[in-house]
Amino acid sequence: MEIINYLLEPFTYGFMQKAFIIIFFVSIPTALLSCFLVLKGWALMGDSVAHSILPGVVISYIIGIPFLIGAFIAGIVSSILTGFLSENSRIKEDTVMGIVFSSMFALGIVLISKIDTSVHLDHILFGDLLGIGSFEIIQTGLIGLSVLIIILIKGPDFMVYVFDPMHAKALGMPVSFLRYALLAVLSLTIVGALQAVGMILVIALLITPAAIAHLLTNRLNQMIKLSVCISLVGCFTGIYLSYFIDSAPAPTIIVVLAIAFIVAFISVISKKDPIILNN
Amino acid sequence: MVGLVVSDITVIYKNGHLALHDASFDLPEGSITALVGVNGSGKSTLFKSIMGFVSLNKGEVRILGHSVKKALKSNLVAYVPQNEEIDWNFPVLVKDVVMMGRYGHMNFLKIPKKIDLEKVSNALDKVDMSSYANSQIGELSGGQKKRVFIARALAQESRVVLLDEPFTGVDVKTEEQIMLLLKDMRSEGKIILVSTHNLGSVPEFCDRSVLINKTVLAQGTTKEIYTQENLQLTFGGVLRRFVLTGKELHDDDDTREVTILSDDERPVVIYGETENNDNKND
Repeated sequence: MEIINYLLEPFTYGFMQKAFIIIFFVSIPTALLSCFLVLKGWALMGDSVAHSILPGVVISYIIGIPFLIGAFIAGIVSSILTGFLSENSRIKEDTVMGIVFSSMFALGIVLISKIDTSVHLDHILFGDLLGIGSFEIIQTGLIGLSVLIIILIKGPDFMVYVFDPMHAKALGMPVSFLRYALLAVLSLTIVGALQAVGMILVIALLITPAAIAHLLTNRLNQMIKLSVCISLVGCFTGIYLSYFIDSAPAPTIIVVLAIAFIVAFISVISKKDPIILNN
Repeated sequence: MVGLVVSDITVIYKNGHLALHDASFDLPEGSITALVGVNGSGKSTLFKSIMGFVSLNKGEVRILGHSVKKALKSNLVAYVPQNEEIDWNFPVLVKDVVMMGRYGHMNFLKIPKKIDLEKVSNALDKVDMSSYANSQIGELSGGQKKRVFIARALAQESRVVLLDEPFTGVDVKTEEQIMLLLKDMRSEGKIILVSTHNLGSVPEFCDRSVLINKTVLAQGTTKEIYTQENLQLTFGGVLRRFVLTGKELHDDDDTREVTILSDDERPVVIYGETENNDNKND
């Protein structure tokens, strides 16, 4: 009995309950999106947008608007800028991305140090999963829900666009609209998640679940479902463990997901014959 | 004329590269046209222009009387990509890829109806790939991969079909199968444009040819324009050329000779008397 009480202890605290609820709203949309990003070769796009949000946050604080708005605008600006610079020069997209996000992030740091704000860099980087209020839960929940709806409705279009843009174009789909829609949804997701789980965890949640799922299945539908399950289980396990080992929840989640990736990788390579692997 | 009309187009990429200039040709309905040129001659750019993927600096493309945008919206154009353009590790099955051809016929939620499933299975039958419907696309051979994308074009039921190098990396059997499929589509009145550097098979199944190198050098029926002179103009020095004449070929006084032109695929063989080229400036 004592052991059960001990194991259930994390669930008895309000701050832990809130952490579990908000991670639910964060992990589902990020896991959905991560599938499209990983397949498109945009894994680092999440990284880039997440970093680029910083100046938006600081500027919103200065001019006194909700930081969600500033962050979202900064995210969109960085992704449009990346697209524009790579389309209009010989520089490859990943290089441009690196330039854009490091400069935007640096600009944010410069702005923070020049003004006296209550914006803590630590919170933006690592989030504050255990200090979540009801307002943040509602906000993140609404954003998560809208991303979910968009992916459910526009999923097939995004799939064609990611798989074969020329075919999407041949079908008369608005290819550049789809590109920017995907980037806008990405920015929205990151902004929704940032406050709760922090930049570093968002980046991991936007890459690792889909990467693990991609190892395990060869159908997109299954990959999406698996990705969501993996993300949910990983996040809950991470938070739960963090209580007992007295660590910060966000990094614990990342470590749990990394272990899951390693396990999946080993199980796949030990099953497949070497010829397929060479592919 | 109605059909696919490219009039006087010039494409300069944003980095300043002139990919195509003053190119004009037209393709009638019910025809197979070979688009022939060396790598970098603008074949891909031409495809991209027809699909509205690059903006034209000059000129216009009309598809069956419509602008490109309108034609694409009306599901008039199908595109069969080169194998290199596709991520073969993508988690889709063969039948999923062919189903993507049906998207233009579906509503905005893209839920397949019975007719869509039927068309997909018919298309797979036609290309002899039904038994692979549930395979992941990466498990297929080069020829099979190509056939899947041709099935997608069949399922799409568009009136214009563009094929980018359909014979690269496929076996002879698949090549013949593809040619038969294309001839079928031609008899349905479709407009088919095939880019290729497989010179030998062009006269076999393409009734028309467009020879390009940054611009259109010659266009028309294959019979008229697919000549040694035009091909050498198109390919410059990169063609291998063998001429067999006189005693190597005939025991009698026959003056006809065999010319074999080849880049790296099946060669084209021209048999006949040499035209008098003495006045030609080389």
